[in-house]
Amino acid sequence: MSAATIVSLPDQSTARIPKMNFLSREKGLLSWLLTGDHKRIATLYLISITFFFFVGGALAGLIRLELLTPQTSLMAADTYNKVFSMHGLIMVFFFLVPSVPATIGNFVIPMMIGAKDLALPKIKLLSWYLYVAAGIMMLYTMITGGVDTGWTFTTPLSTHYLNTHVISAGLSVFVAGFSSIFTGLNFIVTIHKMRCPGMTWFRLPLFVWSTYAASILMVLGTPVLAITLVLVVLERLFHIGVFDPAFGGDPLLFQHLFWFYSHPAVYIMILPGMAVISEVVSTFSRKRVFGYTAVAFSSVAIAVFAFFVWAHHMFIMGISNYAAMIFSLLTMLVAVPSAIKIYNWAFTLYKGSVTFETPMLYAFGFMGLFTIGGLTGVFLGSTGTDIHLTETYFIVAHFHFVMVGGMLMAFLSGIHFWWPKWTGRMYPEKLSQLAALITFIGFNFTFFPQFILGMLGMPRRYAAYPPEFQALNVFSTAGATILGVGYLLPILYLTWSLKYGEVAGNNPWQATGLEWQTQSPPLTENFPEIPIMDHEAYDYEWLEKNQQKEAAGV
Amino acid sequence: MSDTTAIANGAVDDAHHEHPPYQRHHFETVAQQFDATNFAMWLFLLTEVMFFGGLFMAYLIMRNWYYPAFVEGSHQLSIFWGTANTGVLIVSSFTMAMAVWSAQMRRKGALLGFILLTIILGTAFLGIKAIEWHEKWEKHHVPGFHWSEASFLNPQSDTEVYSEYHDKPLAPDMAAKTQQYFFLYFAMTGMHALHMVIGVGILVFLFFRARAGAYTTGHYTFVENFGLYWHFVDIIWIFLFPLLYLISRY
Amino acid sequence: MSGPHAEAEHEPHVVSPVVYLAILGCLLAATALTVWASYIDLGEWHIAPGLTLFWNPVVALAIASTKMTLVVLFFMHVKYSTRLTKLTVGAGLFTFLVLVGMTLADYFTRAWGRW
Repeated sequence: MSAATIVSLPDQSTARIPKMNFLSREKGLLSWLLTGDHKRIATLYLISITFFFFVGGALAGLIRLELLTPQTSLMAADTYNKVFSMHGLIMVFFFLVPSVPATIGNFVIPMMIGAKDLALPKIKLLSWYLYVAAGIMMLYTMITGGVDTGWTFTTPLSTHYLNTHVISAGLSVFVAGFSSIFTGLNFIVTIHKMRCPGMTWFRLPLFVWSTYAASILMVLGTPVLAITLVLVVLERLFHIGVFDPAFGGDPLLFQHLFWFYSHPAVYIMILPGMAVISEVVSTFSRKRVFGYTAVAFSSVAIAVFAFFVWAHHMFIMGISNYAAMIFSLLTMLVAVPSAIKIYNWAFTLYKGSVTFETPMLYAFGFMGLFTIGGLTGVFLGSTGTDIHLTETYFIVAHFHFVMVGGMLMAFLSGIHFWWPKWTGRMYPEKLSQLAALITFIGFNFTFFPQFILGMLGMPRRYAAYPPEFQALNVFSTAGATILGVGYLLPILYLTWSLKYGEVAGNNPWQATGLEWQTQSPPLTENFPEIPIMDHEAYDYEWLEKNQQKEAAGV
Repeated sequence: MSDTTAIANGAVDDAHHEHPPYQRHHFETVAQQFDATNFAMWLFLLTEVMFFGGLFMAYLIMRNWYYPAFVEGSHQLSIFWGTANTGVLIVSSFTMAMAVWSAQMRRKGALLGFILLTIILGTAFLGIKAIEWHEKWEKHHVPGFHWSEASFLNPQSDTEVYSEYHDKPLAPDMAAKTQQYFFLYFAMTGMHALHMVIGVGILVFLFFRARAGAYTTGHYTFVENFGLYWHFVDIIWIFLFPLLYLISRY
Repeated sequence: MSGPHAEAEHEPHVVSPVVYLAILGCLLAATALTVWASYIDLGEWHIAPGLTLFWNPVVALAIASTKMTLVVLFFMHVKYSTRLTKLTVGAGLFTFLVLVGMTLADYFTRAWGRW
């Protein structure tokens, strides 16, 4: 066995995509639009979020183009406000939040637990339709002039002082929120009630644990955002409300309610990414994840602690010093479980048999970039430094490191990892490794200078800036161009692979996990019979024994 | 048998052969389906708790800040109608629980009767709400639409309420804050009423399905789960009533 | 707790209508009580300078919470439900209390001044 790769494909001259699979089972548009099959819904989601990713990405391109020059050269300041607001709204609510859960999660969780489907198929389909409806509302908002409040809808700017499409944007996010709630609700019920015989909690892949934790956040946190947006809409409509000081309201009340969701939201975004990394790191080091229990519990700990720290987004907004102190302390604590996961993945690599296929390259990128992003988060969690760094480009760099360097890389890692299972085909390995590298380089060129810009004092959300910041901004924009290429390549070669990719077979990565023991693409009902789980998670000895048995049987 | 894909003895065979018509294909047993959907409804109720929770939070702050305005605003609400509505909703919770019991005991007549009673009581609640809201409209206490602070700047102008509570006139800035009270009143009771309307709508659907015998053959999951929703809406009102009506009546 | 077989043992418990009637009685009585209490000034408790607790809202919320508990335990069958259901209800209450409690922590300490 070659040490350079663990990929094991069937003989390409004789291998074929299985005739009966979830893609071929039924034909026609209605069979897709009215499907109950979690894998088809995952596919629908994948197409939709890719579309929104590129809309958000185009907006990012516009931001970086504008920031090439210190003056407002490309667009008026008001337009710039709209561009970054739409970029934020689309990227957060229409890409990052649903990314792994609604695509990979919907696709793979029933198979991972040995079930035929998610618990509530109609709710799952509803979730996608809500997403699409919300997306259309957001596109409408954009086309009719956009919203310029920032993705954070801060009051009383959003309720009193602006004439832009706050209401349609708010309602769009409201609907998208329910899409997210239903996704999370479905996962929680499924994971509790639909595990196959023998699948105890501690035999579950860690992907399931992390997605479960994210689902709890979706179910408990998102409704608060929903009611907050309703209140904003009501205030705009009736010119009376609880958020506007002119009427006796409190803008900080809005921020408390908004960030009560939006901080757990960042964990909703990152936990599924961490879920992917657990799987990928284990598979490409051929080793059980170090400290399985620690990783499982740390996912839940992140979910619990996520609810206690939201006011660290409000340190300079006027909350009391005592509250700031409490929230700062709790923020330090919430960093611990995330760090535990990084340590555990690192120790998984130690003495593992590591290979560098594309998913693993993205995973390495994740581990490094998320660590940097997470550490800078700790700087921001400390009130003293936060006073200087907040609302500067340091924050922008921080969250892009965790969200793009972390989450997006994890998403790409997961897409590449499960692509063979999803489509039955392999993507071109060399090209994808190149794309991963380009992404990594482009990312660092784009966002690392922004840490420096933030420290030097460049404020965020400004179209114009002092001329001494131009050099770093140009550097950042150049990086963004490279990053754009890195993101465009997967679209091209993944689409290409649908027709011309090598046939993958059941288990090209020789991974453990129930989803890898069935055909690629899977049957509509996932398994011919419900499996019985009789081994631990990441049990590579079991896998080897199984493969020997199958070889002997043939 | 250590083969992963060994057939789960018994369960799959049972599922294929004695598969009740209401059991969905991805569930192995009826009990699993019941458990899963019940759990799903509880999780949905959790989202509703947090949804209303935001409103309660806003209410808490505003009441804390503008207590005199909230007191005088609440005097404008009718204790009679509010208590009546509370009673109506509590009894409707009872009839809903009895409906679930009827379905469990497979008594179709009783089931239909209790569903009908719940519909009537729910509609009565909404009717009383309409009466109350109409009264607010008449007295110009609808913020953003039809608003006047006269009753609070000069309580004696509102003889009915004044004879009961003898409120002091509020300073102009505090009188303006009664708008906050009424904004929250309409937002909270409105959101609650919306949930009631949806509930009554589903009850009507339930009635016709029950008449067709859907819930008296041992499969009463839908009735039970809807009952949870109905009780939850009742609980919200159990808190709304003292917070909006009973702020200070002495 | 590992799959469908374990769940089959949990037979839904049928609650007797007598229990429901008793709970209905308690709920209506509690409603009357809370209306009655709102007409009486129950006074306050001066915990510390600047920190006063008024009993009327406390009593009103206590009565409402009791009513909620009765509805949850009996009408919603939580008393006879699985541990998971009880945990779920607890989680919801907990999260709500975190929202309210920690937000109030900000509002209540603003008046304390800078340090």
